[in-house]
Amino acid sequence: MEILVQQIVAGLATGGIYASLALALVMIYQATELVNFAQGEMAMFSTYIAWSLMNVGLPYWAAFFLTIAISLAGGILIQRGIIRLFEKAPILSVVIVFIGLLLIFQSTAGWIFTYLIKPFPSPFPQAAVTLGTVQFGSHDLGALGVTIVVLVLLYVFFRYTSLGLAMRAAAQNPVSSRLVGIRVGWMLALGWGLAAAVGAVAGMMVAHKVFLDPLMMGGILLYAFAAALFGGITSPGGAVVGGLTVGVLENLVGAFVPFVGHELKLTVALVLIIGVLLIKPSGLFGKAVVTRV
Amino acid sequence: MSAILHTSKLQAFYGRTKALHGLDFEVREGGITTILGANGAGKTTTLRAVCGMIPTQGDVTFNGQSIAGKATEDIVRLGVAQVPDGRGTFVNLTVEENLRLGAFTRKDKAGVLQDFERVFHLFPVLLQRRHQQAGTLSGGEQQMLAIARALMLRPRLMLLDEPSFGLAPLVVQELFAILRAINRDEGVSMLLVEQNASLALELADHAYLLETGRAVLSGTTEEIKRDESVRRSYLGY
Repeated sequence: MEILVQQIVAGLATGGIYASLALALVMIYQATELVNFAQGEMAMFSTYIAWSLMNVGLPYWAAFFLTIAISLAGGILIQRGIIRLFEKAPILSVVIVFIGLLLIFQSTAGWIFTYLIKPFPSPFPQAAVTLGTVQFGSHDLGALGVTIVVLVLLYVFFRYTSLGLAMRAAAQNPVSSRLVGIRVGWMLALGWGLAAAVGAVAGMMVAHKVFLDPLMMGGILLYAFAAALFGGITSPGGAVVGGLTVGVLENLVGAFVPFVGHELKLTVALVLIIGVLLIKPSGLFGKAVVTRV
Repeated sequence: MSAILHTSKLQAFYGRTKALHGLDFEVREGGITTILGANGAGKTTTLRAVCGMIPTQGDVTFNGQSIAGKATEDIVRLGVAQVPDGRGTFVNLTVEENLRLGAFTRKDKAGVLQDFERVFHLFPVLLQRRHQQAGTLSGGEQQMLAIARALMLRPRLMLLDEPSFGLAPLVVQELFAILRAINRDEGVSMLLVEQNASLALELADHAYLLETGRAVLSGTTEEIKRDESVRRSYLGY
């Protein structure tokens, strides 16, 4: 029983990270109907930026917030400088651009920082937290807390601010948005910036657990895909539920299904992706898109 | 009266196809101009061209300033509100969010609050439906929402694309009475595109008749109404 609770909390912590990354994917998908395959690598690169900032002596939280700001600006720049050029290009071209970005980030990180695996600090205490008879990792609880704060901030931003409303409008109906004076191009760029910033938080939280290296996000992005698809790629709330579910499921299956163990954990994500696509392609909370032809 | 909107030799293109062949027309300050014509004559295209939504050549002057070649969002920010055909509301957002978006470019918070009151007074049904998704409204209610959203910009010029389309006759009458009131009481100039010629000629002071992207007839509505061919083809008597 104690192990079960422990595994669930640890699952929620990693699930929160999948949820953040899934949310980043959903944000860009809603505006462009494209899945940004480079999202994980962008997060990895942001994490290296945080690592470098701490290396030159910045305290954890200063580096943390500075990295978020840099990632936000970086995301905007990538959209304005690269993605915008392919606005009218066929989907496959854009997918190739995304894969190109993925490779560029990966190899640039390898080139600058080498492929040596680096430890990444946690801002939370070393000691485990004991509640009753159950022990929880402080980093797990802390990461979960950070994720919740990020999600609440995003919710408030999109729900209650004019800029958030304008971003939703621009994603849904660009033509009408221009007719009320919204600069749609900049809203898309801002969406990229926010996605990059959210990804950066996910990267910094997960790097303490998986350690920092240029390939660290590969598996995590796969879980994030599974989460986004499971919750429905058109639904931000679904991405969050999907992320948490995938995290808990991954941990429980790894701990309690003997033949899966640690080695086959990633397969769980693939099984989930294929299962969702076969049974309910629109996901748990997604809308089936009906197109008149 | 001076012109608030004025085009000269306006041409518009869909890809390589020219849809407007050098159109000259004007909307007078505080006036209502209507553009009549059959399907495919270029009425909607004219509105799109004015708002910079499609590539154009020739000149468009709004309030003494050339707006040809400007981005749609910059033209809107000058005070030009378009109510597009098919209504163009944000169907997944609530009525209130749609109205908030209409005032997106405005900084005067107090004025925006006043305008909320004003459009709810003009269209009481929108107040009842305030928190409902726009997509769940009836056709008439969506048209009212589209017009209300345009008003939230506090525009100097409204471009209306077939506001009567698909609405019950009674709703249309109500809508046109409101448009007349907005024009009369607030001095908002209007460019109205309509298939329903008799309705449009009642409301407008000037009219242009479009055929395949060219103005074949223009004048005050009184003159246009007296024209034999217009009477036969568009008014049906």
